[in-house]
Amino acid sequence: MAFLFALFLTGLANAAALFLVASGLSLIFGVTRIVNFAHGSFYMLGAFIGVTLMELLPGAVGFWGAILLTGLAVGLIGALVEIVVLRRIYRAPELFQLVATFGVILVIQDLALMIWGAEDRLGPRAPGLRGVWRIFGEPVPKFDIVLIAITPVILLALWYLITRTRLGILVRAATQDREMVGALGVNQAWLFTGVFALGSALAGWGGALQLPKGGANLLMDFNIIGAVFVVVVIGGMGSLPGAFIAAVLISVLNAFGVAFLPESTLVLMFVVMAAVLILRPYGLLGREETAGEHGQVGAPETPIRPYGPRGVALTVALLVLLAALPAFAEPFLLTLVVDITVFALFAASLHFILGTGGMVSFGHAAFFGGGAYAAALLVYHSETPMELAFLCAPLAAGVLALGIGWFCIRLSGVYFAMLTLAFSQLVWSLAFQWRSVTRGDDGLINIWPADWLNAPMPYYYLTLALGVGGILTLRHIIHAPFGYALRAGRDSPRQAEAMGINVGRVQLVAFALAGAMAGLAGGLFVFSKGSVFPTELEITKSFDALIVVFLGGVKTLAGGVVGASFMTSVEHWLTRLEYWRLVLGLVIIAVVILMPEGIVGTLKRLAGRLRPSTEEAPR
Amino acid sequence: MTLLRRTVLATAAALALVPAAVLAQDAGKAPIRIGEINHFKRLAAFAEPYRKGIELAVSEINAGGGVLGRPLEFIFRDDQGDPAEAVRIAEELMTRDGAVMLTGSILSNVGLAISSFAAEKHYVYLASEPLADTLVWGSGNPYTFRLRTSTWVQAALLAEKAATTDAIRYATIAPNYAYGTEAVEAFKANLKRLKPEVEFVAEQWPPLFKIDAGAEVQALERAKPDAIYNVTFGTDLAKLVREGGDRGLFEGRDVYGLLTGEPEYFEPLGAEAPEGWVVTGYPWYDFAEGTPGGAFVAAYEEMFGETPKNGSNVGYLTGLSVAAAIERAGSTETEAIRAAFEDLDIPDTPVGPLHYRALDNQSTLGAFVGTTALNDEGDGVMVDWEYKDPTPYMPSDDEVRAMRPAE
Amino acid sequence: MTEILRADTLRKSYDGFLAVDGVSFSVREGELKALIGPNGAGKSTCFNMLTGQLKPSSGEVFLRGARITGKRPREIWRLGVGRTFQITGTYASMSVAENVQMALISHHRRLFGFGARAWKLYRAEALDLLRSVALDDQADRPCSVLAYGDLKRLELAIALSHRPRLLLMDEPTAGMAPSARIDMMQLVADVVRDQGLSVLFTEHDMDVVFAHAHHIMVLNRGKLIADGNAEAVRNDPRVQEVYLGGGTLFKEARDA
Ligand SMILES: Nc1ncnc2c1ncn2[C@@H]1O[C@H](COP(=O)(O)OP(=O)(O)OP(=O)(O)O)[C@@H](O)[C@H]1O
Ligand SMILES: [Mg+2]
Repeated sequence: MAFLFALFLTGLANAAALFLVASGLSLIFGVTRIVNFAHGSFYMLGAFIGVTLMELLPGAVGFWGAILLTGLAVGLIGALVEIVVLRRIYRAPELFQLVATFGVILVIQDLALMIWGAEDRLGPRAPGLRGVWRIFGEPVPKFDIVLIAITPVILLALWYLITRTRLGILVRAATQDREMVGALGVNQAWLFTGVFALGSALAGWGGALQLPKGGANLLMDFNIIGAVFVVVVIGGMGSLPGAFIAAVLISVLNAFGVAFLPESTLVLMFVVMAAVLILRPYGLLGREETAGEHGQVGAPETPIRPYGPRGVALTVALLVLLAALPAFAEPFLLTLVVDITVFALFAASLHFILGTGGMVSFGHAAFFGGGAYAAALLVYHSETPMELAFLCAPLAAGVLALGIGWFCIRLSGVYFAMLTLAFSQLVWSLAFQWRSVTRGDDGLINIWPADWLNAPMPYYYLTLALGVGGILTLRHIIHAPFGYALRAGRDSPRQAEAMGINVGRVQLVAFALAGAMAGLAGGLFVFSKGSVFPTELEITKSFDALIVVFLGGVKTLAGGVVGASFMTSVEHWLTRLEYWRLVLGLVIIAVVILMPEGIVGTLKRLAGRLRPSTEEAPR
Repeated sequence: MTLLRRTVLATAAALALVPAAVLAQDAGKAPIRIGEINHFKRLAAFAEPYRKGIELAVSEINAGGGVLGRPLEFIFRDDQGDPAEAVRIAEELMTRDGAVMLTGSILSNVGLAISSFAAEKHYVYLASEPLADTLVWGSGNPYTFRLRTSTWVQAALLAEKAATTDAIRYATIAPNYAYGTEAVEAFKANLKRLKPEVEFVAEQWPPLFKIDAGAEVQALERAKPDAIYNVTFGTDLAKLVREGGDRGLFEGRDVYGLLTGEPEYFEPLGAEAPEGWVVTGYPWYDFAEGTPGGAFVAAYEEMFGETPKNGSNVGYLTGLSVAAAIERAGSTETEAIRAAFEDLDIPDTPVGPLHYRALDNQSTLGAFVGTTALNDEGDGVMVDWEYKDPTPYMPSDDEVRAMRPAE
Repeated sequence: MTEILRADTLRKSYDGFLAVDGVSFSVREGELKALIGPNGAGKSTCFNMLTGQLKPSSGEVFLRGARITGKRPREIWRLGVGRTFQITGTYASMSVAENVQMALISHHRRLFGFGARAWKLYRAEALDLLRSVALDDQADRPCSVLAYGDLKRLELAIALSHRPRLLLMDEPTAGMAPSARIDMMQLVADVVRDQGLSVLFTEHDMDVVFAHAHHIMVLNRGKLIADGNAEAVRNDPRVQEVYLGGGTLFKEARDA
């Protein structure tokens, strides 16, 4: 009993930092609707700034003063980010801002490396709180008790701020209805800045407060962001009490997981999230989203049309050039084009459900990696001929997508996104932990193509044929009745249902189709690299695709493909620089600010300006 | 849209033009290029000292006339922690940048991806840093050589020490990924062989760099082990040491720490470094002046103004190994370099003679085993250490042959 | 005339608040029937229970004698019931014609077609339908640029595309200029006459209602208080009480 209680206390203590960071994210999302990937970066900044200040300020006053100041400093940095970057793009399609926050992550990573160096910092001890108290005979660190005591105080303070102050009233009003705040005569821009600063400050405090239990290092940003999103989603986006309950729930469950099922801790929280979302689609205390359908806010898309003669001619010219490439280009260029094509197909498959279907998936890598693994497992374990194994990649991924989609399509918006993420984490953990079959993170290696394809040129043509074929197929489907039905379900689900369209089924089929296409990309991938590792199933892989789709332009048909080509090329050239992450981050932020409709969308608009208005003519 | 297609075309065209620069140099004096792929950015704390070690080796080699009369040059590329990215970079290095062989990678999965790729394309790859033993054993291939001491041997060294004590009940804690499981299995196998009566009463598997140290310590404590075997490192180690220290986990217990004594992981602990642990590591501070090790440390401090880490040593040995192999090959042809690596002898290195076994392409780099203590300045150090030759601890030649796929 | 739709003591409660409270009525073949009542009376709620958007808390709905309570909107649509909404729900990213084509594609059960080009399908039929609501000259404009009144007419064209036998229209003329309202309802009346279909509609403009409706029902606070021809309803004291007493007689739609 004493052991269990002590374990419970450990969980409670861990919940403190998690709750602080999560409450900040929840606030920011509630008011500004920004899915802030960079939130973990503010947490990391909090840790580093906290360490630095604690080294400068002596004693207990210095320690607690440093924590206080850290929050203020990180809040200022957050305000700066909001003013310089995010404020310019609130009118962009919803969720577009997450691309900008991704750029911010990269910039902060390199700046932190420049300022604080590569070495981990051990956090200073809280003065007077070293050592343990004994509770029922079990040792409990004194600082843990302090954290346990602080957390409800923070919750109460936030609760007071939100329910009893003018700022809080505005925040609540904005959470429910953004336009209303404007009607109340409040400067919405400054409210958003203020909330973003407060949210960032909370993350900074979280980073500083955990110092005596850990320290500061350059991996903190990504290490916490998953847990923070899980907490916010389980609690219900925008709900502070929800975030509190979820932080406690996750932390305590994790502590018990460590003690009783040590290998479970990799995925425990994602299992909990999936279960909660399946039972309560809006989290424990969340409300149904009133915001518009995701990815579809802002000016509506113009009707789509296949390319005219000029577009077709250019596409054909590009394809001819690509087909002729082996004749004059060096071999490495072929590899690069293979990589770009594979990624473009992967991005196009995500774009298909995201753009045309309005379903934002945070877990699309499950199908890319799933396809790659399906083929690789067949080759590795049963020496299946490559051709057959290759065929299984899209099939297996499609079936997997059918299964996962069946659960997910009942949800919408961010909750849909997070459930896909949870499932992709489950798939990842399967590949990671089921070592007897998948070899864990040692991966499956020596997965090479059949002899007749195992050379740069044949494989190049295979990839070109299937990659371009896949992309064109998706494009064709977008123009086909099915694509229209999918778009109808996105534009107005109610109307679609009222004209005989089974929106859920259409979405499920689209999801499976996108999964199969991602699986095809995965199949091409695995035989071009010769190996596959769980990294291909990771969250970052899903986000890579998401980011290029937004970067290219959600509301355009070519967005995914163009974004993928742009990103792969730029990244490939930048990574040879010393501070490539800084440069890449700045490039992304610049693109986001200059091209809020994405690369294709903005170019299209500019091109439209040059020509006389063609609004009446079909395009 | 049309504009975009054009942009893509332009990009593609630009990509095609760049490598001309490589060809422009006079072949006679042109440097011999080595492609080095590593996780330089995200794991800068471990990769930077390694890179500096290489740079020191290269500057010394070139000062001494280079290799085959040509200067040696390493091209450093960041793998972003992504095996697929690493494979692409590997190809670019070999086919476009004129590299003659590949080195690097601290991440085992990246190392395995490059290794598989190297075997397929017939490139020589010196896996200098990866921890996964499968690189030279289960997944070994003729083109992959490995410098770093195998995890098996390091675990065996600790098991040998453990077998001499009275401890019967062991608990293990290791990061939940391939290296962690491999390290635990190796320790268990070696200890069971030496002392069959030991019991393993708890196995903890915190996710890498996401340890919940408080709960882990409670779980370990609950098993009431006589001794603990630790494989965690980096921030996980720091948290474990702190929570374990506060909660009295290590009191009256033997602790064995794989890699714990490497300065990369031990130095950040500062004055909180645990005392009395038996660890493998890199005690550069004890290398006497005038010994090869001492000379290396002095040169390193002179060049970079900081003390070396274990990675610095590995990086330095990487540079020496590559130079020796190419010198022995007498050419930069892949097959020649590959053949030269087999049974390659490098007589003078900071850790003594180094040999690459033809049997499994593994180097004979050994390991420093010692006990942790706090020195007079209050910093954690290894004391009573010795440098162990790995050969007696390796699996037998027959076992190795059985593990390696038919060559 | 036979009865096409019957509602039997429909009831809908939102957390204990009875938005619709025991409403029973029927619509006959070829009839143009109005459901009127002040804002918040429960008209839209009633409609949504008839066409499946909402599940009634209790009560039944019958279509040509067959029970359709609890069926989904798309199933009810396939049974030949058309529907327009108070807040229009067209597809903003499609052209005007494509909006109609979408309904035709669904009607012809080609939703899961992967081969054809959707905008080529049933275009002539769609243009015919658009012509019948005088929108054919705007067929290729993006739906998102249409004026509100034009959207309402587009909805009508969409609702007629699967040749329904019954049409439910929630405030078909809201937001239109008065002259356009008369035109719109004239259009509906013509369709009723030509195709012999039945229409149930809600409306706040009493000129429109009394000009076109064969029968009128009055809903107040969820309860049906009158059901009869124009004359009877106009003279019903309870109706006068609601409209005159409440001071909201013939009030313009607020939420257009
Ligand atoms: N989802 C809901 N939850 C709670 N109450 C609701 C809901 N929808 C409608 N109501 C309430 O039910 C009552 C009837 O609403 P309904 O929209 O059916 O009225 P209406 O007659 O169509 O009004 P209007 O003329 O304004 O369109 C109103 O008081 C409304 O506030
Ligand atoms: Mg209404």
